[in-house]
Amino acid sequence: MKLITVEACYAIAGLYLFVLAARIAGEREHPRRWGSALFWVLLGVSFIGAKVLAPNVIGYLVVVMVLIAASGQVACGPSLEVSREERLQDAERLKNRVFWPAVLIPSTAVLGTLILGELHVGDVWLVESKQVTLIALSLGGILALIAAMRTTGASVHVASREGSRLLQTLGWSLILPQMLAALGGIFAKAGVGEVVAGLVAQAVPTSLPWVAVVAYCGGMALFTMVMGNAFAAFAVITGGIGLPFIVKLHGGNPAIMASIGMLSGYCGTLLTPMAANFNLVPAMLLELDDKHAVIKAQVPLAVVIFVANVILMMTLVYRF
Amino acid sequence: MIKLIGVAIIAAGFALRVNTLLVVLAAGLATGFAAGFSLDEIMVMIGKYFADNRAMTLPIVLMLPVVGLLERYGLKERAEVLIRRSKAATAGRVILLYTAVRQVSISLGVNIGGHASAVRPLVAPMAEAAARGRVGELSATSIVQIRAHAAAGENIGNFFGEDIFIAVGAILLMKGFFEAQGMNVSVWMMALWGIPTALIAFAAMWWRCRLLDQRIERAAPAVKNRGGAR
Repeated sequence: MKLITVEACYAIAGLYLFVLAARIAGEREHPRRWGSALFWVLLGVSFIGAKVLAPNVIGYLVVVMVLIAASGQVACGPSLEVSREERLQDAERLKNRVFWPAVLIPSTAVLGTLILGELHVGDVWLVESKQVTLIALSLGGILALIAAMRTTGASVHVASREGSRLLQTLGWSLILPQMLAALGGIFAKAGVGEVVAGLVAQAVPTSLPWVAVVAYCGGMALFTMVMGNAFAAFAVITGGIGLPFIVKLHGGNPAIMASIGMLSGYCGTLLTPMAANFNLVPAMLLELDDKHAVIKAQVPLAVVIFVANVILMMTLVYRF
Repeated sequence: MIKLIGVAIIAAGFALRVNTLLVVLAAGLATGFAAGFSLDEIMVMIGKYFADNRAMTLPIVLMLPVVGLLERYGLKERAEVLIRRSKAATAGRVILLYTAVRQVSISLGVNIGGHASAVRPLVAPMAEAAARGRVGELSATSIVQIRAHAAAGENIGNFFGEDIFIAVGAILLMKGFFEAQGMNVSVWMMALWGIPTALIAFAAMWWRCRLLDQRIERAAPAVKNRGGAR
């Protein structure tokens, strides 16, 4: 038995979303307050109810959320940000104490990961050990919020106002990673990967050892760009190109192939808007007008690392 | 081939700048129908995968109130004050240092940092402040580039450090894949062969950070003298 499961963390996140939605609904000057509030309430419902509601109900909820967002009903309210002068005054008053709650997040996450998973009395475990990282991180966020309210003397009212300000900065793009993951799942179920692997295997002369390496690394990067997820690409491309050609036909080392192959996939992750949680959400978080600014900054990195990966695999995979 | 229709819809939708959520939903429906699933079956898949992947959104939602609150009480402003005291700080060095910390810590299995809890409240403002300390006011382009590189540093550190630690998702996934194929491949070997790429990725980040600093200097040619910028 587990006392604290990751579902409890999702429930708390859902409650946060309800509070933030209620705040938005209460803003009279907000141009789209009802649409925005409904969107966040539905996300909260999907967070809390995921294990209770039938999957197709969640599916239809998601469709409603997409329609609300696509019709422009999820928008920013009037600016809630206090002036820079005011913030500077508070910074002057609090000095480095303002950092303590921020440091509490990673330190709780690390200590929690190391300790929480081990705590048990007989069969009763404190936390779900498989999810200990996520639970510890959530705990860090909650403790840091309490610490921040104590340090600054801010009320729940202020905390929810600032939370909803950030939430609205992100807007509907917050759920994009989950949507893309769902799309990736459908791609996998529909067998898109097999089609891609088949096309690559047919199109290139994989009977040459070095061509097999290029096709495998390239396939990993390309298919990761399509799926937005290197893990999803790994099984398909390794099963379709890596294993049959590099390992079985040319006798390559599977550990080297897999390791460098996965890292070639990560080069694809750096390049694709499909990996929204790494590339698009940060652009929103950093308030960049160009949603693809992060990807653009990563293009030279991805190209260099990818080329290095191909060269590394060519020199190593058939030698060890 | 018809199954690739989803990929085509994504490409067209992104190019035409249709609402991204709508494009993704359309691609999912089209791919599902092309593969012979019914509407309800597709809704089951969307609902299931959406729920299964809540972990992607959870850390951001739980960080929103605390990060928002700390920002309201001058977290960014304080970070700027601190960074200006360091004479050696530049935007590129701040970002590179963060990348190094992120990469080394995650390669030891310690997952700290993140876009919501570190890059937005700390790394990006510190990098911007460091650049301001050097050249004075920054151009809009420089600000965008500094922030984008801060996010890139988080991704590079995270991706290319992770595969060196044997107990993480990527290595376990590869191990599981080989086991399903009846092959026994050592997790230690897979982690070991991730190291060369990890070093190259960090070197590439170093190169980009140096270039970033040079670009910032070039974008603000009026102020050559560091002392004058303060």
